[in-house]
Amino acid sequence: MADPAGADLKTTPLNALHILLGGKMVPFAGYSMPVQYPLGVLKEHLHTRAHAGLFDVSHMGQAELTGDDVIGALESLIPGDLKGLAAGRIRYSTLLTETGGIIDDLMITKPAEPGSEKKLFLIVNAGCKEGDFDHILRRLGSRIKLTRFEDRALLALQGPSAAKVLVRFAAGCDAMAFMSSRVAKFALASGHDVDVRLFRSGYTGEDGYEISIPGDRAEAVANALLAQPEIQPIGLGARDSLRLEAGLCLYGSDIDTTTTPVEANLSWIIGKRRKLEGGFPGANKIIEQINMGAQKMRVGIQPIGKAPARAHTEILDEIGKTIGEITSGGFGPSVNKPVAMGYIQTAFATPGTKVQLMVRGQTLPAEVVALPFAPHRYFKSKS
Amino acid sequence: MSQLRFTKDHEWVRVEGTTATVGITEFAQGQLGDVVFVEVPTKGKALNAGGEAAVVESVKAASEVYAPVSGSVTEGNAALPDAPDTVNKDPQGAGWFFKMTISNPSELDALMDQAAYDKFVADAS
Repeated sequence: MADPAGADLKTTPLNALHILLGGKMVPFAGYSMPVQYPLGVLKEHLHTRAHAGLFDVSHMGQAELTGDDVIGALESLIPGDLKGLAAGRIRYSTLLTETGGIIDDLMITKPAEPGSEKKLFLIVNAGCKEGDFDHILRRLGSRIKLTRFEDRALLALQGPSAAKVLVRFAAGCDAMAFMSSRVAKFALASGHDVDVRLFRSGYTGEDGYEISIPGDRAEAVANALLAQPEIQPIGLGARDSLRLEAGLCLYGSDIDTTTTPVEANLSWIIGKRRKLEGGFPGANKIIEQINMGAQKMRVGIQPIGKAPARAHTEILDEIGKTIGEITSGGFGPSVNKPVAMGYIQTAFATPGTKVQLMVRGQTLPAEVVALPFAPHRYFKSKS
Repeated sequence: MSQLRFTKDHEWVRVEGTTATVGITEFAQGQLGDVVFVEVPTKGKALNAGGEAAVVESVKAASEVYAPVSGSVTEGNAALPDAPDTVNKDPQGAGWFFKMTISNPSELDALMDQAAYDKFVADAS
């Protein structure tokens, strides 16, 4: 079959493996990526929640920031507390516009390794990475050095079996705390070790890891993991349904420059000290929204019937007045019913509120619900 | 004797006299992936050739099933809404969507036969 993805698309270091595995390749954020494998979206989704799945997320942007005041510098662009972030820990945050809109959401890691005291490791969205790195350089270029890792792959290993599988290759990784990171040796059967960086994090609501790997070793690492009986390759289709059930935001759909972290129901990412001190873009507006409430809020929407409500579906109140819009919606294979999230006027944002959805010219009953739809099952340290 | 015809939107039509049974093709179900929701038309609904007749949704996306010819619905497949995966398992058998009368048989001339459809699919992929 001809490559429907086209010639202008970039490929990840696992492109040949995707094709070998029967991945259905589609254009995504300028890359040719597998939307599904022969198992199909539904079974890939269920397999990830039952065992574990391997995702290629090498299209995402990886970079390191270096500088004497790298923490203070990056804090000037995000609302998170990086001074209070312990070495070896990861923080989820957002780059903000001057009016508090979200330029991108990202993972910021403070490496624990000796010699990395002046470094931060960033992982940003594929579709935003050029803009993000331009923004960071434009705003912080005199204070930090930005090194992009274009040649590195990123794999996600997600699901309840992730730790017991990965520990076969990376000793001790099963004891890593949720939202922690460290460098590790990934031991291949050939006797060769691959230097990787592990992050105990993910985008499915399950326990799992993201693994940053030199691009030329990514296929060997992926093959070693795929040879484990618990692991199936998982495409972008199931990645989306997994994150939606987990109530996690997709940049460009659920959050963008027109939504603030407060409106996006992400107020928890705003550090306590940052709330008091401000000093981040849009701080006045965001702090006012924390204190006074925002006009609209991101909520979970549970359609009552079987029909999924997709993005851009209008949300109406019980008398038919428009009160919001679905931003992500579809079918949740694990909860076995339609699931959605969207923005709704704050007066209607309380879980249990009855609403209607305009689907193909008909109103369907739905209810505002607390997120997530599928409970998070992140690793909890025993200590 | 029945004859099988196909649309460019990957519906199949089995014509028996003045009635037709309509579904989506094996190729279409493969492109859609796992079907999780189906809405079939009710008896008596008037259909125009090319108009929206039914809905089929996979995990990822919603698609319309269009009426291949004009006529009126005589039966929707009542089993499908509770077992939407039938569309994946047996798209050209138990996974039929609806039956309809054919009000203008000449509209059938615009549809493809099996050989033409096979070529259409081969050219598209």
